[in-house]
Amino acid sequence: MTSVDLLIVGAGPAGMAAAVQARRFGLDVLVVDDQPAPGGQIWRSVETVAAAPRGKILGQAYQAGKPLADAFRASGVRYQPGTQLWQIEPGFRAFVTRDRQASTIEARSVILATGAQERPVPFAGWTLPGVLTVGAAQILLKSSGQIPEKPVWIAGSGPLPLLYLVQLLRAGGKIAGYLDTTPPGRRRAALPHLAKALGAAGDLIKGLAWMGMLRKARVPIVRHVADIEAIGSERIESLMYRTRTGQEKTVPADVLLVHEGVIPSIHGALALGCAVAWRDDQDCYAPVLDPWGESSQAGIFVAGDGAGIAGAQAASLRGELAALRVAVTLGRASEQAAAEAAKPIRRKLDRQLALRPFLDALFKPRPEIFAPSDATIVCRCEEVTAGDIRAMADVGRPGPNQVKAFTRAGMGPCQGRQCGYTVTQILAAAEGRTAQEVGFYRIRPPLKPVTLGELASLDRREKVS
Amino acid sequence: MFRKLHEPEGAITVYVDGIAASAEPGESIAAVLLRAAPHWSRTTPVTQSKRAPYCMMGVCFECLAIVDGIASVQTCLTLVRDGMRIERQHGKRSLSA
Amino acid sequence: MSRSAFDTAVIGGGLHGLSAALHLARAGRRVVLVEQNWVGRHASGATAAGVRTLGRDLAEVPISLESMEMWHRIEAIVGDHCGFHSYGQLRVAEFTAHLPSLEKRLETMHQQGYGHEEIIDRAELLKLVPAIAPHCVGALIARRDGAADPHRALRAFRRSCEGAGVVIHEGCGVTAIDRRGSDWHIRAGEQEITVPVIVNAAGAWAARLAALVGDDIPLGLKASMMIVTERLAPLLKPVVSVVGRSLSFKQSDQGTLVIGGGLQGRADIDAQKSAVDFTELAKGARAATDLFPSVKDVRITRSWAGIEAKTKDLLPVIGPSPNASGVFHAFGFSGHGFQLVPVVGSIIADLVVSGKTQRHISPFSAERLMTTRAAA
Repeated sequence: MTSVDLLIVGAGPAGMAAAVQARRFGLDVLVVDDQPAPGGQIWRSVETVAAAPRGKILGQAYQAGKPLADAFRASGVRYQPGTQLWQIEPGFRAFVTRDRQASTIEARSVILATGAQERPVPFAGWTLPGVLTVGAAQILLKSSGQIPEKPVWIAGSGPLPLLYLVQLLRAGGKIAGYLDTTPPGRRRAALPHLAKALGAAGDLIKGLAWMGMLRKARVPIVRHVADIEAIGSERIESLMYRTRTGQEKTVPADVLLVHEGVIPSIHGALALGCAVAWRDDQDCYAPVLDPWGESSQAGIFVAGDGAGIAGAQAASLRGELAALRVAVTLGRASEQAAAEAAKPIRRKLDRQLALRPFLDALFKPRPEIFAPSDATIVCRCEEVTAGDIRAMADVGRPGPNQVKAFTRAGMGPCQGRQCGYTVTQILAAAEGRTAQEVGFYRIRPPLKPVTLGELASLDRREKVS
Repeated sequence: MFRKLHEPEGAITVYVDGIAASAEPGESIAAVLLRAAPHWSRTTPVTQSKRAPYCMMGVCFECLAIVDGIASVQTCLTLVRDGMRIERQHGKRSLSA
Repeated sequence: MSRSAFDTAVIGGGLHGLSAALHLARAGRRVVLVEQNWVGRHASGATAAGVRTLGRDLAEVPISLESMEMWHRIEAIVGDHCGFHSYGQLRVAEFTAHLPSLEKRLETMHQQGYGHEEIIDRAELLKLVPAIAPHCVGALIARRDGAADPHRALRAFRRSCEGAGVVIHEGCGVTAIDRRGSDWHIRAGEQEITVPVIVNAAGAWAARLAALVGDDIPLGLKASMMIVTERLAPLLKPVVSVVGRSLSFKQSDQGTLVIGGGLQGRADIDAQKSAVDFTELAKGARAATDLFPSVKDVRITRSWAGIEAKTKDLLPVIGPSPNASGVFHAFGFSGHGFQLVPVVGSIIADLVVSGKTQRHISPFSAERLMTTRAAA
């Protein structure tokens, strides 16, 4: 049993910044992370790659993660990479597995800095080998220096596909085309938020520059794509896309990358009983937090994109704020000192957050994502289709948990991380309710699939005889 | 399906279903699987359909494979080691395997 | 809603409430069922769904055996097989020191004239359950026992109820019950129901319900924990428990291992929530891996704790209210009520319709708990 002042879950921007801040107050901090090295998804492998040729391909925003990773390493934090956290019980007692060994950690405070995941986008054929997320491809570029072998199709909306396309161009990759699924009218919808976003003009200019690069490289771009389908028997062989004007085309495809924005990872917060609220602006749930990031469960904080999507810089700032508050609650800093220290952080955070309404409006997910065809698999693990879910809406007004029990959707190893929102949205549509009313799966531990043997090893009882 | 941009530094050898594959220290098994034909990691327990790494960040569980005899390993979260034996996982996990 | 639309209200949408409602409706009653949350939200949706006569308290054996016959023709009763398989249930002795308790049990059963339990030796045990650890020495077996699929059973019972005319209101927690002449007036969410007969099948909340009609029945809580694993190729067919440890171990039709055995998590009856205690659950994992060494590396995908009521003597309460005429209780199954679902519904229908039943239910009277009340 390890005992610490503060347990931080996740070593991305928020987790690292929180750790560095907490160490300034002399807190005994342990950071556990799934990944083998610090950086989170945004700065995957940044310690080794930032200075390598690949660092240039990935760009400055990527390389900017290196100093924080260095500060994190130098902070005196206890750091356990390759560690899966699978449960936190009140008190707090955390259960983790590392190198096939389970152990427990007692912590006085917890900061969940588990980041985001890409929004699941069910469409016909999305389970075929060769269909990956854009984020996955970018992780492959960061951590393994690899790119699609043949010309790649990219379909989706948001800044990430543009960034990845640019990185791919720099890396000498071949692009079959970009199927931009952003519906018409989004720019107009976003415009009212532009003035406020100009505080972070650098990011906006970057986005425009990416578009310029794609045009210059003559990347084929198809706009207003409404539907895609991956076709193949054992892997993707071709893809069909249809635009909103009805233009339909089937083209050969070796790899298709998809992306429709990112959503907070809320499984940890949900499992801990932290209150969440629906965010219409981001079409997802996010934990209910006070200005320091403390959740409805005292002593449990959420920082970073897990608190609502706001990007890496905001994540670091939220991590610092959470750590400040933890220092106060553990008696290592005065309320006044923390409030003072928080001022410049909040100013920077406000500037970052000002950009979001513009981006959220510009890249609001297209409605088709939430209404897949009956034949489309929704739950990848248990292979439950949208039609199976809709068929359940005929008895009573079931919520996600009843549908889960009856169809097994959400019962597989991913624990509903790929189907949760789709099930919620399908039921909302079928029952004439809002997604907020329908709710989300109850998250049943373990958060990660610990083995029976690992759990058994925590039983300290003498051998039975 | 995927290719590396560079010659691996300090290349090591892993075995995918018994076939030697070159790998680079620090990369995930899933990255190797996406370079090694046939490019899939498992078949599903429900309909035996083929699946390959999808999210690369530990949230989709499509990249499960048998690693050094241990089944249902998330290969996107597991780094390669020299001599590692990786087997594609077929359908429902079998304990006698 | 017309107040005379119903003559019977069942409170509680678990399997016992559904079974009572079904049998009552088929006996000609006009039944409304109210459920505070949704059908099968707590114990019935959280059960391991063992269909077990093996090792039951002698008082329960007669109704349990009758219920087992009903399970064997469950499709005729609710129009679906409910995922019921009869591959037997076994109580394993790991060591020779555990055999005498099984032998004593068998002797008792024989003395009472029951022949449904047998002892098997190590060789037969290994034949029936090849995956079991070779150190195990024998087992007590009930061959006609088995297990079902709780969610499938819930849907089947619900559909049968609705087909028989039962009206189900979900999201309607009972807040008040008052006398109106010879009737009871129930307020449940938006529903106001006036009926002469109430069936209290409110599970963990049944004592509160009973108190509303003047019965003070002390009731404890259980929050039995369950583990479900990833899907595996076929490993075993019977349901296995073991002497001296909290373990119930079976494989579902889907291939998942379903591991329970009564280890207790935490329950919060007011919040209607329960939580898993992994330090405690580790004992179950330990027992599972000791008994089935090959499952050591199998991954757990879910665990949970269900909330239900427990009586002092672990026997249910089945029968009329001592203090409130027209009220009938069916609760307190103490962690082993699933198998009894078909027969208890039938007993309640007997009691309501004819005021009596052929079944021997005196051990399940509410009075036994009320007169010998002890601190919980």
